[in-house]
Amino acid sequence: MAVKIRKSRELSSSRASTGPIVGRSPKQIAWTRFKRNKVGVVSAIISVGVIVLSLLAPIVTRIIGVDPNTLHLDVLDVTGVPTLPHAGISMAHPLGLIPGTGRDLLAQLLYGSRISFMVAILTTSLTLFIGLVLGIVGGYFRGRVDAVLGRITDFLLSFPAFFMIVALSTPMVDRIQQTGIAKGNGARIVFLVFFLSFFGWPYFSRLIRSQAMSLRERDFVTAAQAMGSSNRRIIFRELLPNLWAPVIVFVSLSLPGYLAAESVFSFLGLGIQPPASTWGILLSNATRFVTTMPQFFIIVAGSLVLVVLAFNLTGDALRDALDPRNDR
Amino acid sequence: MLTFVSRRLVYAAITLLIVSMAVYAIFAILPFDPAALTCGQHCTPLVIRANRIKLGFDKPLWEQYWMFLHGIFAGRTYGVGSAAFHCPAPAFGYSFNDNMCVTELLQQKLPITLSVAIGALILWLIVGVGLGILAARFKGRWPDTASSVFVLFGTSLPVFVTGLFLLIWVSIKWKIIPISFLGYVSVFSDPIGFVKLFILPWITLAFAFAALYTRFTRASILETLGEDYIRTARAKGLSEKKVLRIHTFRAALAPIVTLASLDFAGLIGGAILTETIFNLPGIGQWTLRSVYEFNLPVVVCTTILAAGVVIIMNLIVDMLYAVLDPRVRI
Repeated sequence: MAVKIRKSRELSSSRASTGPIVGRSPKQIAWTRFKRNKVGVVSAIISVGVIVLSLLAPIVTRIIGVDPNTLHLDVLDVTGVPTLPHAGISMAHPLGLIPGTGRDLLAQLLYGSRISFMVAILTTSLTLFIGLVLGIVGGYFRGRVDAVLGRITDFLLSFPAFFMIVALSTPMVDRIQQTGIAKGNGARIVFLVFFLSFFGWPYFSRLIRSQAMSLRERDFVTAAQAMGSSNRRIIFRELLPNLWAPVIVFVSLSLPGYLAAESVFSFLGLGIQPPASTWGILLSNATRFVTTMPQFFIIVAGSLVLVVLAFNLTGDALRDALDPRNDR
Repeated sequence: MLTFVSRRLVYAAITLLIVSMAVYAIFAILPFDPAALTCGQHCTPLVIRANRIKLGFDKPLWEQYWMFLHGIFAGRTYGVGSAAFHCPAPAFGYSFNDNMCVTELLQQKLPITLSVAIGALILWLIVGVGLGILAARFKGRWPDTASSVFVLFGTSLPVFVTGLFLLIWVSIKWKIIPISFLGYVSVFSDPIGFVKLFILPWITLAFAFAALYTRFTRASILETLGEDYIRTARAKGLSEKKVLRIHTFRAALAPIVTLASLDFAGLIGGAILTETIFNLPGIGQWTLRSVYEFNLPVVVCTTILAAGVVIIMNLIVDMLYAVLDPRVRI
């Protein structure tokens, strides 16, 4: 890695021929690499933009002048399809109206994205936390703890996760409601977040474990140990700062994954239930009207694909930028 | 080798046992009465009690589990006297919703799921590995760029979006690919009808999986091409074709066998989404319906089956790996 850093230093100094040669941290190098990737930058802007729009949904909808709850039943025909030209797409309703209720699609998409993103973000955070803690513990302490953790990850990885979540959904949601942690859709969100992370952390924990194992053999860790640092200090001050690259990549790639997962479960009728709105519910609603009003399906599916694509591209760009072996 | 195999066998058996115990326990501690679920609207307290005794739900949990396990190997008889009914081994339970032994139902569903999984596997291996090899061979040129666009869409499009698009637009509106709605036909009795029925599910699944395999194959081949023994092979004057065919593929494609077997195992457990979209009465759709209907014996059976297939595939893969990759010594 040192060689590569020197190489890129030379590159940068030859480009900026005036001024003294300034060393750059790995963070700066990665940032420079990332900025050069046009597709990555655009996707990152879209990804962040979508999250901001979703967080600010009440404000954004008010600015655009659309409302998620107003029904427009008067413009629907007997089958529930809007009779307006272009499926109701107009200045007042930029993405048209939802068949059946006549609600504004753009407002519903914005509001719906909040639960979808909430599930994705909560699941990613929980997975990240469990995977990071257990991965570091296993990789750093080794020995019996590591062996037990290894067995547990093997065991969980041999479970068909998607299948288990489908099979467990109804009974487990009932259980959660009985214990009184949450009711209704709250219980479904708890269920999804808990089980998606329960089956998701082993993948990430394996990655972190291997990283932690190689880091603990590095000189700076040996030096810290020689100085008598406590394990806690080594983990928090020496290991964690060196693990941020896989963490960032993991976050940017697992967010779209869980976003899609939420929509899949809602699509199957096992996730969050109407009248709450998520992208999965909109999609499953759209499939009922796919022959009479294909625009609805195209817009919702297109938005989901666009967001997932943007996040995936951002993740790929980040991975390329953070990879020390990358000598672009 | 023999000790390795036997150790892995024991380990797989233990895992399978724990998984089945876990699944059984999870569904047993659920907040509803399994006996009350057997009769639907015709339930009277008397019927529920009779069914509870008939199905053994009055016994302690460990005894129920033991009877379940015993039934898998020796078959199981429910009830006594003239009202008794018998499910031959392997008995996974009795589905009251269909009035049939679960195993009997499984025999109807399995061919459909297998047809979906095998066809999709063949398609995605051809497309995925083929594109991956092309992309690695012409790294940085247009085939590489084209395949990376394919990878991007394949990994970003959820299965139900691809599936519905194929069904509604490609098949029904544009009539590019014909599809049959005539129900399951065996490949041996009506090959054309068989392909017509399964072609869309195959493409749907293969599209998602092929993308992953393209990415994986490309990376794997490029990594292998960087090995010292490839340099040696080139240095001794072998043609590029030989270097690729003989020295690269074997090492580069070995991990793909692992990946493919595990993905395949996952599909046998049920391609839930694909079967639902195309209305194929396979294991996935069956499970989903049973989840809606609280048909617990079916859910327990398919869940254990799905986990079992993954565990057994894992075992097979470990052994295959030793044969395929000369660097693995056991």
